Amino acid sequence: MPDVTYEPVVGLEIHVQLKTRTKMFCGCELSFGEQPNTRTCPVCLGLPGTLPVVNAEAVHYGLMIGLALGCELAPRSIFHRKNYFYPDLPKGYQVSQYDIPLARDGKLGDVRIHRVHLEEDAAKLVHAGASGRIHSAEASVVDFNRGGTPLVEIVSEPDIRSAADAAEWLRLLRVTLRQLGVSDVNMEEGSLRCDANVSLRPRGEATLGVKTELKNMNSFRFIERGVDAEIARQEAILRDGGRIEQETLHYDVRSGAISSLRSKEEAHDYRYFPEPDLVPVAPTQQMVDRARDAIPELPADRAVRLEQDLGLPVDQARLLAFRTDVGDFYERAVASRDGDPRAIANWTCNELMAALPDGQEPGESKLTPDALATLVAMVVAKEVSQSAAKEVLATLVAEGGDPAAVVESAGLGRADEGELAAIVDRAMADQADAVDKVRAGNDKAIGAIVGAIMRDTKGRADGGEVQRLIRERL
Amino acid sequence: MSDVVDLSAAAAAERVRAGELSPRELWDAYRERAGGDELNAFLWLADEAPDVAADAPLAGVPLAVKDLFCTAGVPSAAASKILEGYRPPYSATAVELLTAAGAPMLGKTNMDEFAMGSSNENSAFGPVENPWDRSRVPGGSSGGSAAAVAAGLAPWAIGTDTGGSIRQPAALCGIVGLKPTYGAVSRYGMIAFASSLDQAGPLTRDVTDAALLLRHMVGRDDCDSTSTGHPEEIALPSAERLDGLRFGVPPELTGDGLEPGVRAVFDAALERIEALGGTVQEVGLPHSGHAISAYYVIAPAEASANLARFDGVRYGHRAEADGDLLSLYEQTREEGFGTEVKRRIMLGTYALSSGYYDAYYGRAQRVRTKIADDFRAAFEAVDLIVTPTSPTVAFGLGERTGDPLAMYLSDVLTVPMSLAGIPAISIPGGLSDGLPVGIQLAGPAYGENRILDAAHALELATGFEGASARA
Amino acid sequence: MIDREQVLHVARLARLRLEDDEVEAMTGELSSVLDHIEKIGELELADVAPTTHVVELENVLRPDEPRPSLPRDAALAEAPDSDGAGFRVPSPGA
Ligand SMILES: [Mg+2]
Ligand SMILES: [Zn+2]
Repeated sequence: MPDVTYEPVVGLEIHVQLKTRTKMFCGCELSFGEQPNTRTCPVCLGLPGTLPVVNAEAVHYGLMIGLALGCELAPRSIFHRKNYFYPDLPKGYQVSQYDIPLARDGKLGDVRIHRVHLEEDAAKLVHAGASGRIHSAEASVVDFNRGGTPLVEIVSEPDIRSAADAAEWLRLLRVTLRQLGVSDVNMEEGSLRCDANVSLRPRGEATLGVKTELKNMNSFRFIERGVDAEIARQEAILRDGGRIEQETLHYDVRSGAISSLRSKEEAHDYRYFPEPDLVPVAPTQQMVDRARDAIPELPADRAVRLEQDLGLPVDQARLLAFRTDVGDFYERAVASRDGDPRAIANWTCNELMAALPDGQEPGESKLTPDALATLVAMVVAKEVSQSAAKEVLATLVAEGGDPAAVVESAGLGRADEGELAAIVDRAMADQADAVDKVRAGNDKAIGAIVGAIMRDTKGRADGGEVQRLIRERL
Repeated sequence: MSDVVDLSAAAAAERVRAGELSPRELWDAYRERAGGDELNAFLWLADEAPDVAADAPLAGVPLAVKDLFCTAGVPSAAASKILEGYRPPYSATAVELLTAAGAPMLGKTNMDEFAMGSSNENSAFGPVENPWDRSRVPGGSSGGSAAAVAAGLAPWAIGTDTGGSIRQPAALCGIVGLKPTYGAVSRYGMIAFASSLDQAGPLTRDVTDAALLLRHMVGRDDCDSTSTGHPEEIALPSAERLDGLRFGVPPELTGDGLEPGVRAVFDAALERIEALGGTVQEVGLPHSGHAISAYYVIAPAEASANLARFDGVRYGHRAEADGDLLSLYEQTREEGFGTEVKRRIMLGTYALSSGYYDAYYGRAQRVRTKIADDFRAAFEAVDLIVTPTSPTVAFGLGERTGDPLAMYLSDVLTVPMSLAGIPAISIPGGLSDGLPVGIQLAGPAYGENRILDAAHALELATGFEGASARA
Repeated sequence: MIDREQVLHVARLARLRLEDDEVEAMTGELSSVLDHIEKIGELELADVAPTTHVVELENVLRPDEPRPSLPRDAALAEAPDSDGAGFRVPSPGA
């Protein structure tokens, strides 16, 4: 009998640190590598008697994200307490949204959004080796600077079917959030953190298999590798007739090994209940309008516009949409002297990308959008050849300046009819034997003559033009 | 000069403003008496008074503060071993407001640990004795504040009331105690017991003092998301009659449960009300019989989370446990919490745990809705509700410690108002076998001025004499 | 009603280490309290909304404006065990 093929089913849970000035529930400024425990106050240290007060800007950012992801906003969302003991959790509970999140039921690209909710980040627990205290062997030190940083948690529906798609969709989410300006979305620094829920099912089956949760993979590469590794692990188990256990897993980026995070002392019962120290968030029309007005054109929409309105191929449209600064440079170039969008897109996505030093954005080079548009226009008008134009572009990127002037000073302008005719005559005289071969019917031999002429003219001549002139003379 | 001590706080403030009494004399008189505290009412005493502006509204009249309030640089332990010696870096909003109004802090008063108790026997620092009979409890949880005021160790005090912790000790010690509308006074800096119920309020010798102190406690606080402030200024009460006021007596709270002596004083109070021109009628609170059940789910559930922060990591007691984090937590909390606190943490944790949430916490919240609706309906028919504050007079030290349920049931008359978040006052109604009996007046949300006025008229007519407890 | 096993489970959730005699006492006391509480099971509450707050406030929000944080020594002042920079604890799982 034919053996089953398995279909991976993946959903992502993303935690995003918001770029507010202060923490979620207190007036401490957010920390960027300050000395440990220098950004704390009675509230975020969980001192007795202190109470939380919600940061209005965090709600605003949360609403922006909800709207940008096409979600329905809850008319009235509330906070809960999620109870568990851990040294990085000062109150013994995390204030988070539970049964009524800020927003739900959205879509980004072709993946549906399950929910978007607000919560507070935990503190940092730093391993400190052996402790001074007699009894305790291994010690850690808690730094509460990060504790209480506003977080938005975004949970996708299990609409992703491969590790590569998971990484691809997360890239789209990241560029979308960056475009919103609500977060630094830096995975290495932890302002964007991703967990993956992975399950397998026989292809064609509708019911979902048992899922595992893969924790905190801190780069796109690791997400792709981790999810692939977990898919392989589950498939192997299923193939020897085993059963998948629902558990939380850790992917070791060095060894590539996957290990269970569950510890017997953690009886998982968070005892959620409504946070009595806070009142509901019920977005007013004014709050919603302010959030909507704050949303710029989003990458997914820009890609569609570039593809449909400007007729760009999909890969170029995506590159320009998802690399915001490249896209902005491109659109400024097109606007500067209403040039041919397709030709300018070709030059931006190919030659310009190649000409830029690694890591440099077009805007950071000496090249101006207008100069690019001008150069492309000269190429289209055949005032300068493709190959010459590439040299000019390299110069403009490195030194800037006006394309026409660069062409002039480097003598890269196109050879005119008379000049070219003379060159062709000379070349045919020099290459008599090649000319004979062509005459004898070996058409390929014409290449040698053309090549010589192109060498002479340092690419200033147009290959097609040169061939025409040669054939006239045969 | 003991006659200073015979003055009510408001009268003393008058004398100070009139220049007949210096804040210093007033302070010294009370500091000396507090220093001789034999009731274990105080856990900490200030050495000297901060300077008070001569024209300050509270004129330097010293204030006793329940240990549940955080006070900057001053021990604030909620009478718990787990916070023994803890000195917070900030002060509670209510304390700041009263200090700013000119009431310097005399000391911190004893209480049931984390305000969990009705007898003050759950303090980690020993029980408080009732000045009327030192073999009996002062009530709780604000037992130290109540005993200090009754015994004249302090002119007035603040406490907190979650299910009766101001009103019941006030009743058992023969003084006035008022629980304001939930939200009227900021909770910021009050070590949390049950966040949706906790409210700070005055414990004073008479109704006028209560109004004066409350006036300077209420206010919207940016640090407390649930604080509303008060829509009216708290007025000093002047009423001497109750003409046209309708008083409702809920049969559910005034039935068999009452001690005969308490019933007698209560009946006399009802006659007094009518003699003053008020009308007395029956009004139903059909769900109040379930209030204790709902309360002992909701309060412990919230407490189980509020007390999770006491883990020996950032402040407070920490066990010398072995290397493992789990045993550090468990040993620290085992050593730091008293039996009643553990019992309520257990009760609350159980009520929230998976599989039980709906049956306990979910239902209790719905009962709470019913109880609030009962009061709303009742205040359509009457202006105030009147009951005894406690079904019994002060009971003997040790009498109920063996039976938690019996102890819980002593809150039966005060818990319904707490669940509804409405204001209620307890004033002395008379004595039963030489022990004070409290009368409770409850009104609709933000009805403090109505309550204070009525209480003032009733107080005048009652003519309760508390001097013997100050002897 | 609550049995010994449940008491031990709840104690673990609450990070309370109960001595054996405490477990016995707690089991009895909690059971009698729960028996009383369970009377609310008699009420018909299906269509009743739960009350979390008696105050009817919404959108109590704070402007995103920094307030001074505590100096580190003040933050660490009450720490039972500190290395001068942070709060020291036994490593989880160690
Ligand atoms: Mg989360
Ligand atoms: Zn803070």
